[in-house]
Amino acid sequence: MGNAVDIVAERETHMTVRVWRGQGDQGRYESFEVPERENQTVLDVVTWIQQNADPSLSYRYACRVGMCGSCAMTVNGKPRWTCRTHVQKVLDGGILEIAPLRNMPVIKDLAADMSGFFDKWVAAEGVFHPTATRTDEIPKIDPREERRVEIDNAIECINCGICYAACDVVAANPDYLGPAALNRAWTLVNDQKDGARDARLAAVSGGGGCHNCHSQQGCVQHCPNDLNPTASIAGLKRETAKSFFKWRR
Amino acid sequence: MLDLRLYMLQRITAILMAPLVLTHIAVMVYAIQGGLSAAEILGRTQGSLGWAAFYGLFVAAVSVHAAIGLRAILHEMAGLRGTGLAIFTWAAGLGLFAMGARAVYAVTAA
Amino acid sequence: MSLARTHRSHPLWYAYALHRVSGLLLALFLPLHFWVLSFALTDPARLDGFLHWADLPAVKLAEFGLVFLLAVHMFGGLRLIALEFLPWSGRQKAYAAAAAALAFLVAGLFLLRAV
Repeated sequence: MGNAVDIVAERETHMTVRVWRGQGDQGRYESFEVPERENQTVLDVVTWIQQNADPSLSYRYACRVGMCGSCAMTVNGKPRWTCRTHVQKVLDGGILEIAPLRNMPVIKDLAADMSGFFDKWVAAEGVFHPTATRTDEIPKIDPREERRVEIDNAIECINCGICYAACDVVAANPDYLGPAALNRAWTLVNDQKDGARDARLAAVSGGGGCHNCHSQQGCVQHCPNDLNPTASIAGLKRETAKSFFKWRR
Repeated sequence: MLDLRLYMLQRITAILMAPLVLTHIAVMVYAIQGGLSAAEILGRTQGSLGWAAFYGLFVAAVSVHAAIGLRAILHEMAGLRGTGLAIFTWAAGLGLFAMGARAVYAVTAA
Repeated sequence: MSLARTHRSHPLWYAYALHRVSGLLLALFLPLHFWVLSFALTDPARLDGFLHWADLPAVKLAEFGLVFLLAVHMFGGLRLIALEFLPWSGRQKAYAAAAAALAFLVAGLFLLRAV
């Protein structure tokens, strides 16, 4: 009996959730009262609103376990992966404010258009250029080898766009390739099986390249997978600086 | 906006200026005691090839460094780009260099 | 609610802001600095006038500020050069704090000698 009362009491605790509604540049926050649970992610809250309060709410998610990188949003001012962010950790004075990711056009409500973000991966030569065919023998690479370790440090990116949203250089310079694309380029620069090192170093040396990074390290601060794009970009800066002297010799 | 060439110029002038700034600060800390006078400063610098070279190099480096820094700020905070940004960068660099070179000449010419 | 908390609310963003503001203010101060020094050639009495004006306590305090800006831009800049050209260190926040502390020390030394 006591338990039943507890459950009812728990159901009566609500939090105020302010959700961004709108399309493109137009929009405003709309408030919802959402029941509080002991264990609840921000994505759970958004889903609750969509299923119980307003079915027209648009948002994006897929895996719900922090692998697909599709559910990132701005939560109480900071970019976060909503499926792995517990409400209790981010609730601010009983209020949760959820907006689409920064630095990307809004499609509708909480869904941001990530196409520019992905276009820059290609522009940064974040594409593998093979040097061998399937008939060649697979080259043996020592996992402790220095360049391979650099790759390991940077490879667990899930393309969620959180670093891109956390970067003020991206906000200020529309050409800037951004932390994720440059981090990806750095893994390929270190890949001994890749054949486009020079083209890639040139691709990250233009007006939107790695040299625009101011090492604010918002990317490092917010990356949900604890990657360090600033270190990767510093690596690109070093390699391009070396090539700067080589080209002039 | 900052390509490899501008980046290298920015970092090379930065590294070059680190010891110059340290010396400059050391001279300031040394000279400030008891107040400054034109005679005191000029007594140290006038006719000195060493100080002329020191401050000449300093002015050249800071003109490049500041022009590129201002360029980044103007692009990122005011959205200036293309030819306008290039003209601003050159004007800032050359303007600072002209004023700085004149100042170095003024305090070191015998 | 305190939505002052944004993606910028971390020490290394503040270090970036300090580097940018100090650089901007130094760049704006330079023309004035050069202009005053050029009086040594054209109008030495006027240069002396400026230097005596600099004996005012308020101006000395402003000079303390300038020395701090110069020092913090240099130490902060060395931190960035080290970040970019040396192997990665996990102590970025400590280095940023050290740069600010060292700059304050240097500027404080200047102020103590000035008064």
